[in-house]
Amino acid sequence: MAKELIKNVVCPFCGSACDDIEVEVEDGKILNVYNACSVGTATFFPQPGVKRFKKPLWREKKTDDFQEIEWETALDKAAEILTNAKRPLMFGWCETSCETMRMGTKVAELTQSIMDSQITHCHGPTFQAIQMVGEPTCTLGEIKNRADVVVYWGCNPLNGHPRHLSRYSSFPRGFFREEGRLGRKLIVVDPRYSDTAKAADHYYKVNLGEDYLLFNALRAVVNGVELEQEEIAGVKKEDIVNLAEMMKKAAFGIVFFGMGLTHSLGKSQNIAGAIQLVQLLNGPSKWSIMPLCGHYNVNGFAQVMSWTAGFPYSVDFCRGAPRYNPGEYTSIDMLQKGLIDAMFVISADPGSHMPQRAVEHMVKIPLIVSEMHPTSTTQLANLILPATVNGIEAAGTCYRMDGVPLHMTKVVDPPKGLFESDTVMMKKLYEKVLARQEED
Amino acid sequence: MVKLNIRLTSGGTINQGQVTKSGGKSLPMYTKHVGSIFLDKDDFNKLQVFPMTPVKVRSEFNEVIVYAQISADGPHPGVGFIPRGPWCNLLVDPYTYSSGCPMFKDTPVTVEPADSHEKPLNMPELMKKYYIEKAA
Repeated sequence: MAKELIKNVVCPFCGSACDDIEVEVEDGKILNVYNACSVGTATFFPQPGVKRFKKPLWREKKTDDFQEIEWETALDKAAEILTNAKRPLMFGWCETSCETMRMGTKVAELTQSIMDSQITHCHGPTFQAIQMVGEPTCTLGEIKNRADVVVYWGCNPLNGHPRHLSRYSSFPRGFFREEGRLGRKLIVVDPRYSDTAKAADHYYKVNLGEDYLLFNALRAVVNGVELEQEEIAGVKKEDIVNLAEMMKKAAFGIVFFGMGLTHSLGKSQNIAGAIQLVQLLNGPSKWSIMPLCGHYNVNGFAQVMSWTAGFPYSVDFCRGAPRYNPGEYTSIDMLQKGLIDAMFVISADPGSHMPQRAVEHMVKIPLIVSEMHPTSTTQLANLILPATVNGIEAAGTCYRMDGVPLHMTKVVDPPKGLFESDTVMMKKLYEKVLARQEED
Repeated sequence: MVKLNIRLTSGGTINQGQVTKSGGKSLPMYTKHVGSIFLDKDDFNKLQVFPMTPVKVRSEFNEVIVYAQISADGPHPGVGFIPRGPWCNLLVDPYTYSSGCPMFKDTPVTVEPADSHEKPLNMPELMKKYYIEKAA
């Protein structure tokens, strides 16, 4: 078969969801990936020697060896575990399509589960802040064409979103920014002199966990207040005044922020401080703010949950109607308190990314994991359901970090023995759960 | 023996992302890139060890052996960085302050050179030792 170059592929890695990827395919195999960053390219090419799950695996005890089982048996077992549980948790989703999430929500409603995603331990506090004070935002296209001052606060996109600067914010030539990088100021605020900070025009080294102080100091200066201290949060008074002046004089400014704000003390209050600063700057100038979402469909999960349940994440279907209360129904809190009695994980690795107290409880309960390759979570699983890679082996919808929906194309067929998409797998699971409940 | 008292922070790195996205969590490269603590140069020198020497990092919640490396993002005296993964999450403060999100960016830890026979466990060994065997 001749080589084929598939264009306009959406990258299934980060929230930038670059949609200019080109993939060269021959005989159902990927030969080359063009335009993607190094992490995006790695998503298309598994490491040599890495095992790909192609048949469901089961073990009764976590100390046993896994045995291969048929899909029919595996889905029966999954349905049995979720149906018998009193407080099941369905976690993950940010690396699946919106269609898969929708089907997962149906399963969660039937089994009265908590439906939660990686949002809970990344941008959860961001959503809480947005619910408190709103969010003046825009699209990445507007930033590319208009922004002359770009601030990255508590994030390192050159590592986490490698093409973000070159494609959307700092380097590209835009309609009103014909000079590209030369026509924009790049500002980084971070406790570490990160790779992004090294590329910046202005770097402000804030003390670890003191971002909230700096936001309030900036708000005070923008409001015309004379600062009394010579240094706030590790930043000198004159630097704070200069930063505030730069922000006020911007034609179009954007604040991108990341885990530096959500993972340190203050959490949602840090982000509320950032949003309120941006709201204030919309007096003398025009400013927007945007969270840097880690996975390509973080925003998609919030969208799907918002239109199906009315809340963005950590939705509890236990009572039949959706409930939402961060700190109570959020996955890590529920796991640490030992309140979850069965867990379904899809395209996520809480074994690696949750703190030890939560993982310790995952060992004690039946754990179903839908995954492509071995991860920390599959090490703790009872049942492994092989996953199909959305955006490479299956088509679907994702939402970019700015809330723009994109259609992800299929590039190659999934390995033999796998479902054509995770949506189909979730639909089969839904049917199994429904049949089991009708029997009862 | 020297023991550093520092604040631990964590997060994604490009190496961690590449290994993770290419399914390599069970490979030695995951241990190398993610099972490492990146220290400020002056802090690192106080330990009197070579780069990639195993060190013991201890928090209120657990202790783990990781490689010590010099941070390229310094100076950040008093702050150590372990990339997001199972090694750092053995140590982080799990308290969420009712936000659902633990203190991934700020946990007090101590760092000291490990005993000569100790070395970082790879991911499958680590999950077995710290979680499965502990629960059994």
